[in-house]
Amino acid sequence: MVRERESQQQQQQVSYTVEQLVAVNPYNPDILTDLENHVNEQVSSQTYSLDANLCLLRLYQFEPERMSIPIVVRILIKALMAMPAPDFSLCLFLIPEQVQMEEQFKTLIVLSHYLETARFHQFWDEAVKNRSILEVVPGFEQAIQAYAIHVLSLTYQKVPRPILAEAINIEGLSLDKFLEYQVANSGWALEKGHGRSQLIVLPRNEFNHPELKKNAVDSVPLEHVTRIFPILS
Amino acid sequence: MASSYEYDDPSYDSRSYPPSSSQASDQGYDPNFVPDSVKTFVVHLYRHIREKNVYEIHQMYEGSFQRLSDRMFRESPWPSVEAVAPYVDNDHVFCLLYREMWFRHVYARLSPTGRQRVESWDNYCSLFGVVLHGVVNMQLPNQWLWDMVDEFVYQFQSHCQYRAKLKNKTEEELQLLRQYGQAWNVYGVLNFLQALVEKSMIHQILEREKEGLEQFTATDGYDYEGGSNVLKMLGYYSMIGLLRVHCLLGDYSTGLKCLAPIDISQQGVYTVVIGSYISSIYHYGFANLMLRRYVEAICEFNKILLYILKYKQYHQKSPQYDQILKKNEQMYALLAICLSLCPQTKLVEENVSAQLKDKYNEKMLKMQRYDDEAFAVYDELFSYACPKFITPSAPVLEEPLTNYNQDAYRLQLKLFLYEVKQQQLLAAVRSFLNLYSTISVGKLAAYMEVDEPTLRTNLMAYKHKMHSVDSDGKIIPNADVEFYINEDVIHVVEPKSIKRYGDYFLRQILKFEEMISELDRVKLD
Repeated sequence: MVRERESQQQQQQVSYTVEQLVAVNPYNPDILTDLENHVNEQVSSQTYSLDANLCLLRLYQFEPERMSIPIVVRILIKALMAMPAPDFSLCLFLIPEQVQMEEQFKTLIVLSHYLETARFHQFWDEAVKNRSILEVVPGFEQAIQAYAIHVLSLTYQKVPRPILAEAINIEGLSLDKFLEYQVANSGWALEKGHGRSQLIVLPRNEFNHPELKKNAVDSVPLEHVTRIFPILS
Repeated sequence: MASSYEYDDPSYDSRSYPPSSSQASDQGYDPNFVPDSVKTFVVHLYRHIREKNVYEIHQMYEGSFQRLSDRMFRESPWPSVEAVAPYVDNDHVFCLLYREMWFRHVYARLSPTGRQRVESWDNYCSLFGVVLHGVVNMQLPNQWLWDMVDEFVYQFQSHCQYRAKLKNKTEEELQLLRQYGQAWNVYGVLNFLQALVEKSMIHQILEREKEGLEQFTATDGYDYEGGSNVLKMLGYYSMIGLLRVHCLLGDYSTGLKCLAPIDISQQGVYTVVIGSYISSIYHYGFANLMLRRYVEAICEFNKILLYILKYKQYHQKSPQYDQILKKNEQMYALLAICLSLCPQTKLVEENVSAQLKDKYNEKMLKMQRYDDEAFAVYDELFSYACPKFITPSAPVLEEPLTNYNQDAYRLQLKLFLYEVKQQQLLAAVRSFLNLYSTISVGKLAAYMEVDEPTLRTNLMAYKHKMHSVDSDGKIIPNADVEFYINEDVIHVVEPKSIKRYGDYFLRQILKFEEMISELDRVKLD
């Protein structure tokens, strides 16, 4: 037990050092190996650091002979998992065109395309076909499901069950269990829709409930209000 | 696919004069001949710098230097620093400054040779080295300090272009590249800028200023307590320099991080020199465009274009005027792109809008049609307005020798057009949504001639593309037309017209308070 904690602490220390390096001394070819190790750490510990990965992609840009395709693949998969953030595009901007022609990258670009255009059905089909590439990174499925739910929450107040099922690639009893969990923990609700279909009521937010949108433009910044404090006193 | 629309012109940005390929040697240029006017110039400039007379330095730097260059050095370099040094006590730092201006003149009006590029790099190393050692005691005009950083990044960009065009290089030029691989090395450039930021402690200064513990913006960065503004201001401007370099590399997110300590929602030291103002906002806007934060880009472009519209007349005589005009045009092109991808009616001020219509109305209509012609227009405008992207890695100097200086630009263009293509479906969604307040999914699908699943997919895609993620992970809506779906029915949201009561009341309160205190002062006998 003690040894586990020690090695965990060591791991934390190494990550801390890498984050510091990226903040303080990012333009330094000597940290390349540290950054590569950090990518593998992100994969195994299910964490994510965009800045560190961009730093590494930049170093690969500066020294193309040192580029490691497997590492870049992992970075891209992690970036996909960060959706809706545009991290995947940010990474592609830094990867030379010829490298992007590699089969694995082409596949990932196709997957990204499906996710960007909300074609979840095609995405899950393609993902299954390429399980071998994606399996490398644990947590991939859950991350994409979270993204799908995010897009649904932007769009729907009440979404029909089949739409949800297709988006998160869960069906039947597993979906029932999933819905139970969300109802209990994430503020979802279930209703009856047209016919005998099931409707999922998603949590209210400012995107699917426009009345909740704070009219930010009419709010006055504090600094302006301070101008009249002398008068009020 | 990639049109090289104005991309590969030899003058990498619009300098006042086209570079003449003939070096001074055939004009009978004698580097050791120092005309009287130059003697006077350096003697006075040296004295003003020693006396820290910033106003006079600025007059000489902006005025006399340009006039002498126009009159006597149109097609040849200034006298060499060795010839000039005896008149300025061989002052080491002055010589570095003189050389910096010397090389800048060569880049602007002539065409630098491979060797001159290397020598200019060496000069910057020495100059920045001296500054970083903290031994510099001068006060220099902000314009000069900005020009130094701006030129440093420009020469780096120019060198990357130069060494990526290997096909027609002579053996001598290739040998120089082999021998001086360290010159304009990307690590060196980035680390100098980073070192200036750190050594100047500019982040801490800006933080302390927010808490009222430091004067910086109030003095325009100048030091009125007998110290030097050089390191501080070079550090400040290096933040903008870093934003620019990262944009050239295609790393938009990190670039924005470098600029983050500067609050661009208000005036600041970055707005004092118009060149730095324009460079900051141009790159900030471009980076936001590539990050799909369209509303942010539109707002910032709108502000700066309005500023330029109002104030450009005051810069007509300045040597930066051409650059200002060029960047102005490029930003109108970028604004046209942003508004075509993310139509907005209320964010652009009317004078700017009028200018935009004047220049790009037809092209914007084409872009919003999303057919093949549209992509050609996006290509054209992007190519015209984008930064001159670079390949930062060292050149491979063996056969086969190719020209690959356009590779970086082609990649960014390709990815941009790819994004435009993905957004192709959204224009149709938006125009149909504008017609209804509620409509069933089935009916809308019929009108748009797609099946229901496809429509649902497109509606979700619209939502995703029109909501960007800011650097803190917050979701920011960008679209002016919004909707939500309840099972089968789409409800379109009326955009609210916004009345700004808060601001109005504040202003009136202050006005009345002023009136009341004036009335109080009136003594009635």
